[in-house]
Amino acid sequence: MLIRKNTLVIYMCLELMLVASTIAFVAFSRFNGTMDGNVFVFFILTVAAAEVAVGLAIIVALFRRRQTVQVEELNALKN
Amino acid sequence: MADILFHLFAFLTIGSSVAVVYNHNAVNSALAFLIGLVGVSGLFVLLDTFLLAVLMILVYAGAVVALFLFIIMLLDMQGGERKPFSKATAVAGLIGAALLTVCTMTLIRNFGGLETADMGSIVPVGDNLKHYADQLFTTYLLPVQVVGFLLLISMLGVIVLSKKFEGMEDVK
Repeated sequence: MLIRKNTLVIYMCLELMLVASTIAFVAFSRFNGTMDGNVFVFFILTVAAAEVAVGLAIIVALFRRRQTVQVEELNALKN
Repeated sequence: MADILFHLFAFLTIGSSVAVVYNHNAVNSALAFLIGLVGVSGLFVLLDTFLLAVLMILVYAGAVVALFLFIIMLLDMQGGERKPFSKATAVAGLIGAALLTVCTMTLIRNFGGLETADMGSIVPVGDNLKHYADQLFTTYLLPVQVVGFLLLISMLGVIVLSKKFEGMEDVK
């Protein structure tokens, strides 16, 4: 089925969404003959790189503490 | 020629993105993501933004996917047993399916109906490195500085997060 419960794969899908938005930015930038979309892709790339570093560090810290990265087992704040 | 290449790269991107979502093995997902990035990079080349195409490969394929593979290797997680849907998952899936249907219907209805731009008449500004430098150092100077700070802070954050704290093990 389509339901992913692995935090790492969820995170990868998040990155995929960022990449998809960059395609839209570059395409519209080419269509309009402007530079702004292309420059914005730079910032998206930088933010994505920083985000991946922090996110994976959090996941590793989580795994060290809880020995799992499945989302349904990470329910310490539930109820 | 460009049309054929566009379709090739578009199908490569979409197919591998679907593979990222559908694969049960996290390593396979990461490798499919890599192939998708190659497709996206090819699309960028077709859109005359050569610098961004190279950056995409360098940053994403070189750093992000490598990091993902490294962490997958480090954590070495196994699949685990499947559990039945919860109610929230069912509702979310229903909404997602409805949105996807609407998107597909719109696509099918307007297929070929979009006006095509004459790409020869639009000047490709993204193919010149000078334009990027010009924009980054004038209009977008403040965002560049902010992004620099963001990188510094994220680096510090990662260092603190990956540090082992003594005496914290009993706190649960």
